[in-house]
Amino acid sequence: MADVNRGNRPLSPFMIGPYYRPQMTSISSIMVRITGIASLGSVFLAICWFLAAASSETAFNFFNGLYGSWIGNIVMLAAAWAIWYHMLGRVRHVIWDFGYCLDVETSEKMGWGMFIGATVLTVLTALVFLIF
Amino acid sequence: MVQFNLPKNSKIVTGKTWPKPEGATNVRKFQIYRWSPDDEKNPSVDTYFIDMDKCGPMVLDALIKIKNEIDPTLTFRRSCREGICGSCAMNIDGINTLACIYGLDEIKGDVRIFPLPHMPVVKDLIPDLTHFYAQHASIMPWLETKTNRPEKEWRQSIEDRKKLDGLYECVMCASCSTSCPSYWWNGDEYLGPAALLHAYRWIIDSRDEATGERLDYLEDSFKLYRCHTIMNCAKTCPKGLNPAAAIAHIKKMMLERTH
Repeated sequence: MADVNRGNRPLSPFMIGPYYRPQMTSISSIMVRITGIASLGSVFLAICWFLAAASSETAFNFFNGLYGSWIGNIVMLAAAWAIWYHMLGRVRHVIWDFGYCLDVETSEKMGWGMFIGATVLTVLTALVFLIF
Repeated sequence: MVQFNLPKNSKIVTGKTWPKPEGATNVRKFQIYRWSPDDEKNPSVDTYFIDMDKCGPMVLDALIKIKNEIDPTLTFRRSCREGICGSCAMNIDGINTLACIYGLDEIKGDVRIFPLPHMPVVKDLIPDLTHFYAQHASIMPWLETKTNRPEKEWRQSIEDRKKLDGLYECVMCASCSTSCPSYWWNGDEYLGPAALLHAYRWIIDSRDEATGERLDYLEDSFKLYRCHTIMNCAKTCPKGLNPAAAIAHIKKMMLERTH
């Protein structure tokens, strides 16, 4: 076999965006992974809040004030979106695992459903907190 | 491992711009990946111009025109020119497909052509598929039987034969596997959509008698379960097949046999 210069062969370009066109299915899938990791950050914030509540009034007031500020609200809103999106993504996985909706067209529709659904659910969550 | 950038020897530089055809009114720009093992240079993207009034309708027609009339050193695989041999699979306009059945009219603007993604390049548009073929061979792509050989053929009902539709048509062009981010990052161990589609094709063949062994071989966190149903495979398959669905059905069989 003419195996010329094997060691120095370059790797062909692959990156999503400049070389591989982003697909609805690939982006919605990668977003499940990203929101999953981001939710770990949300858990960390929640633990900080609990720890502060368990240690002293000053510590609690500090974290409570931080989370209640406008920047805190934005982070909370984003965290809520991430949790809802991740949950919907998991629901899609369960549907697939049962062997349903495995065609490209339906999967793409479910991807749109995840983005729209997470946004609607986040707005509803925010409204619930605004009312109470 | 997750990887977002090309290694140093694979970074792409601007290549040569070839002269425009004289007297042509309908000119189209082609940007094509080039790399030669004969010098120490990094890969580059060369720019060619083609007179579309004197070119066939498919991407492969344009590549052959370039090789014949502009630059004979341009290297690519091709054979049947009708989507059955699977040789001319490449990354065209950001998706993997067969150059011979992908129309130039399906592309907006300049035509960008690269080798199949995240593969070692042998030359220009030719990727090294050795590992890809080895993975296909590992799933035992043949009828495996234990009972005595029948006098004539192994018989199959019409219903059972129908289960192979959408699987047997695969031409092993590697478009799906090289479109899969999981395969890019774990392709050394993850079998990839093409090999797994073939695995499923034999698993559900009513005549095959090695279903258990086949499933045993795939019961592995990498070989099978690196598929996260990203679906780039099904989206890009030039034959319109759905490897993602085949893989999902293997996963389901894995679960079912534990009960």
